[in-house]
Amino acid sequence: MNKKTRVTAEEGKPELFITREFDLPVNLLFKAHVEPELLQEWMGTTVLKFDGKKHGSYEIETKDHKGQVAFRAHGVFHDFVPNQKITRTFEMLGSPIGVQLEFMEFEPLTNDTSKLTIHSVFKSLERRNQLLMYPFEPGINMAHNRLQEVVNKLK
Amino acid sequence: MKTRRDVFQAIADPTRRAILLLLATQSMTAGAIAANFNTARPTVSKHLQILTECELLKQEQSGREIHYHINAHKMKELADFLEPFRQMWDDRFNKLEAVMKKYKSKK
Repeated sequence: MNKKTRVTAEEGKPELFITREFDLPVNLLFKAHVEPELLQEWMGTTVLKFDGKKHGSYEIETKDHKGQVAFRAHGVFHDFVPNQKITRTFEMLGSPIGVQLEFMEFEPLTNDTSKLTIHSVFKSLERRNQLLMYPFEPGINMAHNRLQEVVNKLK
Repeated sequence: MKTRRDVFQAIADPTRRAILLLLATQSMTAGAIAANFNTARPTVSKHLQILTECELLKQEQSGREIHYHINAHKMKELADFLEPFRQMWDDRFNKLEAVMKKYKSKK
């Protein structure tokens, strides 16, 4: 089974796909996305509001290691079908990326395995590209730290 | 010896990433690119030179003007462009799997 997470972002299209196969039955994969305590555990975010139903909404916030709010995000559920799909909006507050429309599909593969597909649509190509570059920051810091270590040894 | 300009070095700089974003949908002259930044024109030229050296940008002569545009082939080749984002989700999903396995065994 291919357990690696795949990200597909075609050139020139303001959308991206994230797919992943899990060693979990589909109901547990779905549960991980809709039970606030579980969501909190794997996403590392605090769930402020979660009304998991059609036309319901949610609000989450992430704190940095100093306890300061790093970001807040919110959205509404357009469609909510247990163990099958969630169609929702997602928006990080104060971020230039703006709102994304997310189609999340939960599929059973066997009794014990399942697959998740997230299809995200952005307002523009620039905004999608901006999101893709977003995780560069911590990676760059790590590279810099490593560089610093190497330089320190040379001293 | 490794070349001095590698792609990672090129995209490590925020101004250079901003230039790549700017050129994501259109080709532009150096002057038009510089007009988007507060930094001095020579600084922007230097960034353009670095991006061109590592083949992320291509120059195209049109009349007396030189237009810069993204070298789509190189960007695609640069799977690393997506890698940090992919890695972030992979880590999250690994955690999800671990959390749910624990949850299942508790029941």
